[in-house]
Amino acid sequence: MACFLVPGTEAIVTTIVTQAVKAKEKKDSKKYIEGEVHENTVVTKFSTKLGWLNKMLWGGSALLAFEHIWHGEVIPVFPFLTAVKEGETLGMLKEMGTAGVGMAVLVTSAWVGMVLVSSAIEKRKAENTEENKAEA
Amino acid sequence: MTLLITVFAAVIATVLWYVNLNKSDMKLGTLALMYWGASLMWFVDAIFEYAELGAEFFTPALEDMINDSYLGLCVVALGLIIWLIVLFVKDPKGLIRKKLMKN
Repeated sequence: MACFLVPGTEAIVTTIVTQAVKAKEKKDSKKYIEGEVHENTVVTKFSTKLGWLNKMLWGGSALLAFEHIWHGEVIPVFPFLTAVKEGETLGMLKEMGTAGVGMAVLVTSAWVGMVLVSSAIEKRKAENTEENKAEA
Repeated sequence: MTLLITVFAAVIATVLWYVNLNKSDMKLGTLALMYWGASLMWFVDAIFEYAELGAEFFTPALEDMINDSYLGLCVVALGLIIWLIVLFVKDPKGLIRKKLMKN
């Protein structure tokens, strides 16, 4: 009915958060240049990791929106949703609350898994670099 | 079928991204993530459909299967078009910008 609206809304929020994080990272990188903070570890920026989530959410929502247009559940005229037009708003909201929320939760969980794995790899790489330095 | 076709597209895009990891700026990661996002969402949809239909979920009518396959292929095509637009807008190798500047 309109389940894609839930991950779509999450995509809007995470995109705004990504922009804020990017701005903060830019500010922090200036500090690195000025020499206030020195760190040798190279890690993937959190904004880049948030970008993975954005791509999954935007891409998934867009393709699902296309499927809804295909099935006639989204229409080009107001109120844009067939369920609302036919007075099935309650059913639509129920579907958004179950399938829609489930979609958002599963995609976000997959992203959390990706972030945990990449952080573990980066941590191991940093430890190996330190060990090599100590040996040298 | 839509879920299955999208999963295959996601796997192929991921393999291509992995193979070209160090030598390409083709934004294949974006394509793979898009397909994975859609696959996960359709997977949730499939779970709810299975809960509703039971075993009938695995034996769809031929006409439904053909329609879903057609939809799946259109979804893959739309994903490729979105990826192409992202690639041309971001222009990671700067080739389009270079070409436009030249003219």
